[in-house]
Amino acid sequence: MLDSLIQGILLGGYYSVLAAGLSLMFGVVRFINLAHGDMAVLGALGSLWLVQSAGVTVPLAIVLTLLGMAALGWLMQRFIFERALAGGFLIPILVTIGLGAALQNGMFAAFGSDTKSLGAHIGNLSWSSWELPGGIFVGQLPVYMFATAVLVLGALHLLLTRTAFGRAVRATSTDAEAASLCGVDPRKVHRWAAAIAVALAGLAGIFLAMRAQVTPFSGPMMLIFAFEAVVIGGIGSLRGTLIGGIVLGVVQSLGALISPQISILAGHLVFLAVLGWRLMQTTAADRGGWRTALAAVLNKPDLARRKV
Amino acid sequence: MTPAQTLPMAASDRWLIGLACVGVLLLATLPWLGSALIVDKLIYLFILVMFAVMWNLLAGYAGLVSVGQQAFIGLGGYALIRLVDAGFPPFPMILAAAVLTGVVAWALSWFVLRMKAGEFAIATWVIAETIRSIVMFDPIVQGETGTSLLALNAYDPDLRRMVLYLMALTMMVVMVWGTWVLLQRRIGAESQAIRDDEDAAASVGISTFQVKQRIYIIASVGCALAGALWLASAITFQPRTSFGVQWSVFMLFMVLVGGIGTFIGPILGALLFFALQEIFGDFGAWYLAGIGIVAILFALYLPRGLVGLWLDRGRDEPLSMRKRLGL
Repeated sequence: MLDSLIQGILLGGYYSVLAAGLSLMFGVVRFINLAHGDMAVLGALGSLWLVQSAGVTVPLAIVLTLLGMAALGWLMQRFIFERALAGGFLIPILVTIGLGAALQNGMFAAFGSDTKSLGAHIGNLSWSSWELPGGIFVGQLPVYMFATAVLVLGALHLLLTRTAFGRAVRATSTDAEAASLCGVDPRKVHRWAAAIAVALAGLAGIFLAMRAQVTPFSGPMMLIFAFEAVVIGGIGSLRGTLIGGIVLGVVQSLGALISPQISILAGHLVFLAVLGWRLMQTTAADRGGWRTALAAVLNKPDLARRKV
Repeated sequence: MTPAQTLPMAASDRWLIGLACVGVLLLATLPWLGSALIVDKLIYLFILVMFAVMWNLLAGYAGLVSVGQQAFIGLGGYALIRLVDAGFPPFPMILAAAVLTGVVAWALSWFVLRMKAGEFAIATWVIAETIRSIVMFDPIVQGETGTSLLALNAYDPDLRRMVLYLMALTMMVVMVWGTWVLLQRRIGAESQAIRDDEDAAASVGISTFQVKQRIYIIASVGCALAGALWLASAITFQPRTSFGVQWSVFMLFMVLVGGIGTFIGPILGALLFFALQEIFGDFGAWYLAGIGIVAILFALYLPRGLVGLWLDRGRDEPLSMRKRLGL
């Protein structure tokens, strides 16, 4: 039980990196990238290709993958997403669904369907572990991943709150038109945000390749996990994304105690419950808040008069 | 539902409808003439048309861009499996399975229809995945393995093919014609108003939730019917295939390439998609990747689809709802 809890928290680091890219795209560019999971898989298979076929060392492969993914994100924003965004809310959904199908099947055709993992190339890191007091074993790889996730999200947080670029990003996400009047080029900001978002997807893909098997069709499920983490944690805050990722990881690993199939289902159900809760709150707020609704039910008007 | 006032139809539209009627009559006589292979392929084509028309009703006319209609395709099939397992006759149960799925859609509609565009798209997808995971717990389905509609093997293959063909043809005609009638009624005008601006629609007194709910349930029942028919023709039920997101990709491709929010677009799109599959289907993954790329190109450069090309040449949209309703 405690063991699963710790594993779930560590897994949450991976989910939050995956989710952070999606959240950044949504928050800054107002763009839901339904191919986000497939881009993560592209990062995973790309780094695998570098290590296995091009003979690059693992650290170098990670750097190259992240740079490549960032460039890809910039180019995608420049040549595809910008145009899609101009076409209303429908076009981005259609474009990224098409992009997802193209990426999945393209990777399947290029890399084949056999599952692959980086686990074999990172020495004993993939299985070695530390023993905590109480006889609990914690894998070293999950701990390093979690630490990386916290570091990356922390750095991103500092970037967004403490630098000129971050100020431009926040201004653009609040009101792109007003930002452009103040000398910020929203298109530039969007391109760099997309570069960061896709690089984050690439990092999540590398994590995935290290901790598990990757197939070209893993993307849709990764997108769903990312979206679940974003919604559970609340859209628009990196801390929320980290918490959302951890909650999802814990729920999944506790669910796995019962059966492997329950694991993913439990994540879906928590996501739907959180979404339902939010919707109920909005509905209640529309009708005058919980207290009013409760007061109407209990027929006690003085309850409604108190400020929430 | 009171009928909305409609304007007279253009002569070319009358011709088109007449032509379609003749085509349907010809198709109805086909199983007595054509080979088994052609009949099987046409069943699949009819199912594709149903999917396209239903998704267009949902996304194109009511603005509900769902990536989760596979939930109802799979549930239609699953309900059919369950009903047949309980000892009911297979063919009438195709209809019953769709009705049962409609009840699920009604229950879900209270939840999903409160969401906005992108949220709605992903939530419907997660719900489809959730339903798939739950269905896989059913002992009959045997998890990933799936099961088969063995009861159909009791029928003579030729008879089975004939019945399925006529059912598929009838249902396709009912769905296309039903959409045509529906869109000319008040609910058609209301749903298009909601699609274009939901707040404005609400401000002129449209019960937006109710209209969206009706359209959502109709589109879901349509998908369930087509899904149950597809299962009856494919026999094998595998959760990963029946509930697969590829159905959404197909629907989206057909509707987008044909012309989203036009009446004739999805039908053209389904025909084109079917033809592409027949010609390039052997290329497997490369073909599917190509489908994705074509979808991107259409969304970016030709968002009104093939019908848009026609309009760009200065001609009128065939069977236009806008013209009919005087919008």
